[in-house]
Amino acid sequence: MGFSFIRHDTNVDFVGMRHKAYVISIALILVGLLSIVFKGGLTYGIDFAGGAIVQVKFDRPVADDTLKKSLSGASLPGLAVQRFGEGETEYLIRMSHTDESAEVLRAAVTEALTANIKDATFVVQRLEMVGPKVGADLKSKAVEALYYAVLLIAIYISGRFERRWMASAVMAGTLAGGMYLLGLIGVPKLWLVPFSLVLTMVLCWKLRLNFALGAIVALVHDVLITLGVLSLLNKEVDLNIVAAILTLVGYSLNDTIIVYDRIRETLRTHRKEWTYAQIINTSINQTLSRTILTGGTTLLVILALFVLGGGVIHDFALTMLVGVFVGILSSIFVASPVLLHFGMPEEEKEPAPRVGQEGAV
Amino acid sequence: MKEGFRWRLAVVLAVLLFGAAYVLPSLPGIKSSPLGRFLPDSTISLGLDLMGGIHLTLGVDVDKAVENSLTQMGQDIRTMARDKDAFVLRPRVLPGDRIEFVLAKAEQREVLGELLAKQFPQLSVAAPQTTDDGQLRYVATMKPEYRKTISDMALEQAVKTIRNRIDQFGVAEPDIRKQQDNRIQIQLPGLHDTQRAIQIIGQTAHLEFHIVRDDVDAEKAARGILPPGTEVRPMIRRGADGSQAETPVVVDKEAVLTGEYVADARPGFDNFNQAYVMLTFNSRGAAMFERITQENVRKRLAIVLDGKVYSAPVIQEKIGGGRASITGKFSTAEAQDLAIVLRAGSLPAPVSVLEERTVGPSLGQESIDKGIMAAVVGGVVVMLFMVVYYGMSGLIANVMLCFTVLLILAGMAAFGATLTLPGLAGIVLTLGMAVDANVLIYERIREELRKGHTVLSAINEGFDRATLAITDSNLTTIIAAAILYQFGTGPVRGFAVTLSLGIIASMFTAIFVSRVVFQAWKGGSGDKRLSI
Repeated sequence: MGFSFIRHDTNVDFVGMRHKAYVISIALILVGLLSIVFKGGLTYGIDFAGGAIVQVKFDRPVADDTLKKSLSGASLPGLAVQRFGEGETEYLIRMSHTDESAEVLRAAVTEALTANIKDATFVVQRLEMVGPKVGADLKSKAVEALYYAVLLIAIYISGRFERRWMASAVMAGTLAGGMYLLGLIGVPKLWLVPFSLVLTMVLCWKLRLNFALGAIVALVHDVLITLGVLSLLNKEVDLNIVAAILTLVGYSLNDTIIVYDRIRETLRTHRKEWTYAQIINTSINQTLSRTILTGGTTLLVILALFVLGGGVIHDFALTMLVGVFVGILSSIFVASPVLLHFGMPEEEKEPAPRVGQEGAV
Repeated sequence: MKEGFRWRLAVVLAVLLFGAAYVLPSLPGIKSSPLGRFLPDSTISLGLDLMGGIHLTLGVDVDKAVENSLTQMGQDIRTMARDKDAFVLRPRVLPGDRIEFVLAKAEQREVLGELLAKQFPQLSVAAPQTTDDGQLRYVATMKPEYRKTISDMALEQAVKTIRNRIDQFGVAEPDIRKQQDNRIQIQLPGLHDTQRAIQIIGQTAHLEFHIVRDDVDAEKAARGILPPGTEVRPMIRRGADGSQAETPVVVDKEAVLTGEYVADARPGFDNFNQAYVMLTFNSRGAAMFERITQENVRKRLAIVLDGKVYSAPVIQEKIGGGRASITGKFSTAEAQDLAIVLRAGSLPAPVSVLEERTVGPSLGQESIDKGIMAAVVGGVVVMLFMVVYYGMSGLIANVMLCFTVLLILAGMAAFGATLTLPGLAGIVLTLGMAVDANVLIYERIREELRKGHTVLSAINEGFDRATLAITDSNLTTIIAAAILYQFGTGPVRGFAVTLSLGIIASMFTAIFVSRVVFQAWKGGSGDKRLSI
């Protein structure tokens, strides 16, 4: 057998650490939320806010200040200059939306730079202009995507764990109905996302779908921390970031599902002799190497993307990096221990399924 | 068992063959080689963000098209009424898709009523009001279904015209499609002269010929005192240095001829090597042009493009043959572009650029290089890790990883999907996620081995138990990817495609293919040891 980082007989008392873990998690979430609140919400990129960016590349380093000064003469509304990638050669010049066409903006930037920066030549590598209408549309599409993702995943995992698809159907019906009603009274789509999450949690609680509830708590935890980090680092939320968040929503459940399946398997075999805390803790330990290895290989490639992938997907990679990392930790320290608070699930009625029918790893 | 194995092996080989067949044409040099003839035609196309090019979203001002249509109706009502000896005055378009006109004699009410009911069913006419001087004032509203027809037609026509113009401009594989809310999305891969492209696409190119009224006092006209039926249009005068000035010209309001009769337009050069645009009318246009020039000798004919007068030459004599030229100190490129635009026809309504994204070729190439670099480094690190950690079995996982990437690429080629930068990121991400399935299976096998199972039963147990968990846990990612595909725009869609293809391919290779490999490797032997 090859070697392993984590001995198979590892037995760390993760469940015992849960209170410390909760404190850290809640602190992280709060810091992030506070940052979002103090900065007046998340900063949106031009995809959502409308506006224009011009990416320029100089053939030799140009200082931030020089660039800012040289552009200050041109009439570019809401001008912001930001370094892009490594070194001082690539910059993003951002403007808020105007009625000017993109070509006028391009000309204005080109003129100002040619006139004021004599010792370096440059090329305009990218120019994006998004009008307010398209921006609003993209935003509502992104929100819709998040909303449907939450809805579908909530319905799927509520049925998934306890194989109680009736409960899942009740869930789907109530969610769809509830959201439809909220939509009718004119609640904006963006608010439907948290509403549907809260409703899902309440439903899971009422229907005693403990595992589904735990998975959703972990999911919300991961996404909130990731958003908080983005806000702390002053990153703009654009289409790519939304794509990253949605991917995280899907991916961070993977680990949770693996650990939960093991807990259910251990429950079936050791329900009588062990406490729930013991069952949970043993399961976390038994799947620990899996959790770390699967998350670790994914982190490795995201790290490659983050370091080598170039400026355009840098923020995308960063979001995934934070999210996957938090996701690994949360499936160990949060998702499973939190089950303890929902009480031990009742014994599953149907006989243990045949091997191959249902499996846990 | 043996039977099952053969069958499985056949499936694996078939999929491998399919993958290779679809990926090979995308590699440079293969398509033109003799082998290329036996392979499918489809290749993976690169997105604008990798290839460089222009992405545009245009908004078509259908309100303007509706307004134009109402204006036209007003004129038609007047002409048709005159044929019946009824006099309709001052047709005027009002806000809210309405048109107002006045009937000079109240007693002709029935004649007009009959005409409106018969010829203009698309209007709902309110009961006329009698004005102080005994005339009848009508207000008619365009019916909503007709309004929809007009805006649909305008959009359709705009797409057609733009496609026409782009084809004539010469862009390989443009992608032009209608979107909701009267929008048109245009993707022009490999094109970098945005300014020119937008000029060509966005120009309404509404060409009209008006008779110039030099008999009107220019000073009075400047103060807004105009004889009925005339209007002031700006005339563009260009200096030799390219500077541009506008002077007002008084012309007849009604155009004598429009661009719809233009059959062809070509750039040409005069004796001073100055570029101009040569117009050829179709036979009907030629006849009209001949009659107009005959009736207006020694008057000036203004050539009006999108409301501006480009030139207003004096008509020396009747012009037959249906040819006219537009001069105006054009550069060669301008003359070429104007010719394209006039040839392709005018847009039924003005368009505006709502969204524009341009990626230069150098950035595209840079993105490809960096993306591939990240993929290679990420892939190699993961593979090294797998071999060190799982030995021989790790090697099998690595082969599966390569197989997975092959299948992703083949899937993209088969579905005609576009590879975008986020798509490339999706492939890199899949490299990390693809080994997850292997890790889950291997860890379970290790666990079963520790419990004292034989190699063969540990392998079987590992695969059996892992299969459903892998499928289930990946399903959430697939849900996310499907939603991204549904709601995403170009680049994000590319990501959704590679991500979902990657997950499906990795499940197939890890669960199905690698099991066949393990069976072939350990199936027959009573081996007691497994490098895992």
